Amino acid sequence: MRFIHEYRDARAARRLAAAIARTTTCPWTIMEVCGGQTHTIVKFGVDELLPPQITLVHGPGCPVCVTPLELIDKAVEIASIPGVIFCSFGDMLRVPGTHGDLLAARARGADVRVVYSPLDALAVARAHPRRQVVFFAVGFETTAPANALAVVQAQRQGVRNFSLLVAHVLVPPAMEAILASPGNRVQGFLAAGHVCTVMGYEEYRPLAARYGVPIVVTGFEPLDILQGVYMCVRQLEEGRAEVENQYVRSVRPQGNRAARELIAQVFCVVPRRWRGIGEIPKSGLGLQPAYADFDAERRFGLAGRGVEESTECRSGLVLQGVLKPPQCPAFGTRCTPEHPLGATMVSSEGACAAYYRYRRVPAQGAL
Amino acid sequence: MCLAVPGKIVSITPGEGLERSGRVSFGGVIKEVNLAFVPEAQVGDYVMVHVGFALSRVDEREAEQIFAYLAELEAQEPAGDAVSAELPPRYSGE
Repeated sequence: MRFIHEYRDARAARRLAAAIARTTTCPWTIMEVCGGQTHTIVKFGVDELLPPQITLVHGPGCPVCVTPLELIDKAVEIASIPGVIFCSFGDMLRVPGTHGDLLAARARGADVRVVYSPLDALAVARAHPRRQVVFFAVGFETTAPANALAVVQAQRQGVRNFSLLVAHVLVPPAMEAILASPGNRVQGFLAAGHVCTVMGYEEYRPLAARYGVPIVVTGFEPLDILQGVYMCVRQLEEGRAEVENQYVRSVRPQGNRAARELIAQVFCVVPRRWRGIGEIPKSGLGLQPAYADFDAERRFGLAGRGVEESTECRSGLVLQGVLKPPQCPAFGTRCTPEHPLGATMVSSEGACAAYYRYRRVPAQGAL
Repeated sequence: MCLAVPGKIVSITPGEGLERSGRVSFGGVIKEVNLAFVPEAQVGDYVMVHVGFALSRVDEREAEQIFAYLAELEAQEPAGDAVSAELPPRYSGE
């Protein structure tokens, strides 16, 4: 496929890796923010091409992984109400809540449906006017325009039986939370290319300046990541802390104006709890008052409820780059994709799932 | 979650504003995609598609910049550099 395969050329990857090795004179720790990038790195062995002084740590960029327990519980509760059709992206179905996941709710008879797009959920609502249809609106800035457009279309078409359970999160506040934490090791960032496709990268400039970290907007193929690392290492070696764009084929400085305007029309910035990390101010999106009728938490009387998280899962440390997945005592033994303790092992983009799938060291005593 | 896949617009369906959509080919697999956020995109353009929405037009000139960059790197390489070194066995073009 065009614009994919040419960015997987092994010879070019070696050339970039050699350039990184020639440039590197001391140890550097770089965080890739996005779970999609984490998977490319682990799947293609991008980290194994890098000189030993470069450490890549994995960031919180997987919306499935950071959706707080209370929202999973609310999803299960709403889905279990007779007559409700609960629509979700597939990767949310197996994220464990306090009392099971959406898949278990479906096994008990709840009408839980996997959709590809929020517009599919809207079509379900039009097809079933007598039933309440709820869409689980998870995601970063990348997914927000699609969900915003679904709400605006529902309002214009007078679809009253459609609502969103909103769990949207924003990337820059999470990056700031990592930089501001006392145990921070991150010296440079590969910023998430598709988030920046929507939002642009002007909002990262104050972050780069305040914390003295280079931020390189990076794509998702192996060559993109290697070039992003190379640009980041060059900045670190030269003592610069600027925002640069590697992913120029998709990202413009201002992002996508039409998408940003629609996000601002439908959503407002709210505080959000992140699973394993805690509450981060101004780090989420909620529906604007003008669209409050489409808020499932209000519609079903669940607003303002919270729950405490389990202690065995160390995903909070993994999501902040403090711990690598195999360093967790439960990794691959008490916690596997079949029996996950936390979302980082469930999600197709979770760091724990990536290591389990591509880097599993046989457990002691295993054949 | 933020996965976006490049595809080629093969036709544009009549419809304005938020309803603008078209048929996009992903290596031969055709899907109907919302084009509201890429009003400038035309038939033959490549777009990055996420959950049924095109989020950007792929800039084909900018897409070449990485290869120009690679050519510059090649010019800087010392003779006999380790670029032919072994790759991890998992690394392939698949």
